[in-house]
Amino acid sequence: MVTNHSNSTNPKVDIAYRRKKNAEDMKHQVITFIMTLFLTLVAFFAVAYDYSAWFTIPFIILLAVIQLIFQLYYFMHMSHKGHEIPALFLYSGVVVAAVTILAFTTIIWW
Amino acid sequence: MHVEEKLTAETFPASPERATLEGKNKFLGFWLFLGGETVLFASLFATYLALRDQVNGGTPASELFELPIVFVATMLLLTSSLTSVYAMYHMKNFDFKKMQIWLGVTVLLGLAFLLLEIYEFYHYVHHYDHKITSSAFGSAFYTLVGTHGAHVTFGLFWIVTLMIRNSKRGLDLYNAPKFYIASLYWHFIDVVWIFIFTVVYLMGMVV
Amino acid sequence: MSTLTQKKGFGATVWDYLTTVDHKKIAILYLIAGGFFFILGGLEAMFIRIQLAIPDNNFISAGFYNEIMTMHGTTMIFLAAMPLLFALMNAVVPIQIGARDVAFPFLNSLGFWLFFFGGIFLNLSWFLGGAPDAGWTSYASLSLESPGHGIDFYALGLQISGIGTLIGGINFLVTIINMRAPGMTYMRMPLFTWSTFVASALILFAFPALTVGLALLMFDRLFGTGFFVPQMGGNTIIWEHLFWIFGHPEVYILVLPAFGVFSEILATFSRKRLFGYSSMVFATVLIGFLGFMVWAHHMFTTGLGPIANAIFAVATMAIAVPTGIKIFNWLLTMWGGQVRFTVPMLYAVAFIPSFTMGGVTGVMLAAAAADYQFHDTYFVVAHFHYVIVGGVVFGLLAGVTYWWPKMFGRMLDETLGKVTFWLFLIGFHLTFFIQHFLGLMGMPRRIFTFLPGQGFELGNLISTVGAFFMAISTLVLLVNIVKTSINGPKAEADAWGDGRTLEWAVASPAPEYNFKQTPLVRGLDALWVEKMAGKKGLTPAEPLGDIHMPNGSFLPFTISLGLFVASIGLIYQFDDKVWAIPVIFIGFLITFGSMFLRSVIDDHGYHIHKEELMDDDDKGVKA
Repeated sequence: MVTNHSNSTNPKVDIAYRRKKNAEDMKHQVITFIMTLFLTLVAFFAVAYDYSAWFTIPFIILLAVIQLIFQLYYFMHMSHKGHEIPALFLYSGVVVAAVTILAFTTIIWW
Repeated sequence: MHVEEKLTAETFPASPERATLEGKNKFLGFWLFLGGETVLFASLFATYLALRDQVNGGTPASELFELPIVFVATMLLLTSSLTSVYAMYHMKNFDFKKMQIWLGVTVLLGLAFLLLEIYEFYHYVHHYDHKITSSAFGSAFYTLVGTHGAHVTFGLFWIVTLMIRNSKRGLDLYNAPKFYIASLYWHFIDVVWIFIFTVVYLMGMVV
Repeated sequence: MSTLTQKKGFGATVWDYLTTVDHKKIAILYLIAGGFFFILGGLEAMFIRIQLAIPDNNFISAGFYNEIMTMHGTTMIFLAAMPLLFALMNAVVPIQIGARDVAFPFLNSLGFWLFFFGGIFLNLSWFLGGAPDAGWTSYASLSLESPGHGIDFYALGLQISGIGTLIGGINFLVTIINMRAPGMTYMRMPLFTWSTFVASALILFAFPALTVGLALLMFDRLFGTGFFVPQMGGNTIIWEHLFWIFGHPEVYILVLPAFGVFSEILATFSRKRLFGYSSMVFATVLIGFLGFMVWAHHMFTTGLGPIANAIFAVATMAIAVPTGIKIFNWLLTMWGGQVRFTVPMLYAVAFIPSFTMGGVTGVMLAAAAADYQFHDTYFVVAHFHYVIVGGVVFGLLAGVTYWWPKMFGRMLDETLGKVTFWLFLIGFHLTFFIQHFLGLMGMPRRIFTFLPGQGFELGNLISTVGAFFMAISTLVLLVNIVKTSINGPKAEADAWGDGRTLEWAVASPAPEYNFKQTPLVRGLDALWVEKMAGKKGLTPAEPLGDIHMPNGSFLPFTISLGLFVASIGLIYQFDDKVWAIPVIFIGFLITFGSMFLRSVIDDHGYHIHKEELMDDDDKGVKA
């Protein structure tokens, strides 16, 4: 099973290119990480300052969803090629998860 | 390209985790498993949300949770996510030694997170008498957060086993997918924690 | 390794099956274990029907009736229908897509052993103080109050076998996505493969909810938590939701593969391409999707409120649309075809009206307002037996008969098969048709007896007579199996002569590597395409070469055994038995020790060499 073979005939050139690409990827990862830290801080501060619950709860959930997207697409490389089927199944799981949570928070009231 | 073939930085493929059929299967199978885990945790989250106000005369969430501990725990786990990304970065560059070092850092951060969580539970039980058997809230809280903790524990054993087993042999196409999916697992644990600190702790503080 | 023709000793054969990772042998294991549980569940059904044959009967006690009734449902769904479907999937799907094996042979074997030990564990309860008795749905307030350990066996046994099912589901998904032969695009996959694919996706997303529900039930019963305990602020409705978020997709997990079986059989024995192939695929996926949006129709009478009831009622009725598409496609497949009424075809033809009746009562039950009348009556019992027996069991009988030659290399006897079919068909309708009316007359389900003079006597008697028809029909099937395995005619590769899909291109039974050379798929119904092009065999996609095979392993057995042992300890630690805690540790040690061994010992498999493959030809072993 040989896939992902380099197109270049000169491995030295190829490896230099790949190293550079990987390093660039890594730079994005670090930026993602900083963003994640920032979003976490914002969420904790939003709760520390007593805003109305009607603002705070949707706001911090939104921040969590943004963090989720960062994690999926950068840390877990879902933005890379070959992740179409993983994405399909993960999002299917998310749909079932969302329906479950929606039901438990709306039609369980005893 | 045989799975055990000794490779060099030049011959190591760009996506080593998917270079063999076994690797591709592991990669996809694990992503599917994470789809299932999403529903598993959603069921626990949903149960928690339905029961979080049922304190049965005990301490309510807003007076119970120690946000500073949670904040430190969050930072530890988020950072461990980044360090495991570093490990995968070095794996792609065929730098086995650096990969092992960053995995080691990840394990240490995960361990610190776990110890903090154990302390936190101990604190709730001894200072507030908040136990898994005290109320529906207690049951749901410890089950949700504890299931996550069990995942962290499993992940630590997994990564450590991988590190020890492969320490002498270096990277090849047989173990690259194993390292890769272990790191996927670690990120997933982190994703779950993002929702735990948001939905359980932060929302618990908002009255 | 390829010398399949060599005779082996009994011990060697047993060891071979205990350690096998070959999907075809795992299929046989699933078939044997599932068949065993099917007969067990059938015996339980006979107890129920004998008890209800006449009013005021005291054939069995009320308490024992509850246990029998619970175990009948649980056994039939989890331990008979699911594994029997897995038997067909394992036997057929990898060959249908032109693969040499499944994606995870080791996990495939692990999935089987987990299911098997879970099933044995659940049935141990009979001998250890009584079986579970809260119905197969095990609603929480009732199941929490149930004395003894019956419900604990239910929670842990289903947990273990549920993990096995989840593993099986992931394995089939990855197999179908990654292992298809060149040219086997998604829209060229046979319908059975498609329905396996969708059912596996449903398993992936439905079983985690059951895992959580069972875990919470176990915590409540064994560790004193309060999820479903109102005094502690818990809520029993949560169990119902978790159970049905799993339970409703479970129905489609069972019936979709049966749809797939019928789609194969109807096309084969009509000698026509399946009518509306792409709409069949679309309908399968749509049923799978809608299957997750309708679970609360099992809970209309719990008081969800009119809005929730209305939403779930409409969503439920919507499922009739894709199902209707399928019914019409099957009818139109037969239209103008050269229909051959073989035994599998008889089941398929009988399935269409039988299942449609179950579908129609389903839409009746979906009307939330009317459901307040139907709920918990025999109308519901009649409805779900029409879909589960008329759909799934017919599908299993048809599929097993259809692929029997491919699994065992011998044909089943057609005459005995027709006897089985007619007895079963008549018995099935006798048993369950009348139950619609019993239900409408007000007979509640899950009661151990009824009083005389309420008009239920005749209906129940007819129903019991029907059950005996089905029991006799099963006996005839067993006779058929024994008879043909002794002197049945050997099956050709294309056992029915009209095979359309890839499994009919390889020998019966298939060699362990399935295909000597991976085939090139040149259209829908790949074998038929080659036949119509005047070819004898498949077009190979690769030159003859060494074939990589996975090694067998005993570890799946020990991993499952460990969980079995630990579960016994978990149940008895509740009684403060001193030996319980050590047993838990020993069990988990076996499981995690085996998993550890699996991860530190490299397993690269072995190769069957080209020369051996060519030898097989010389010796006349077909491939």
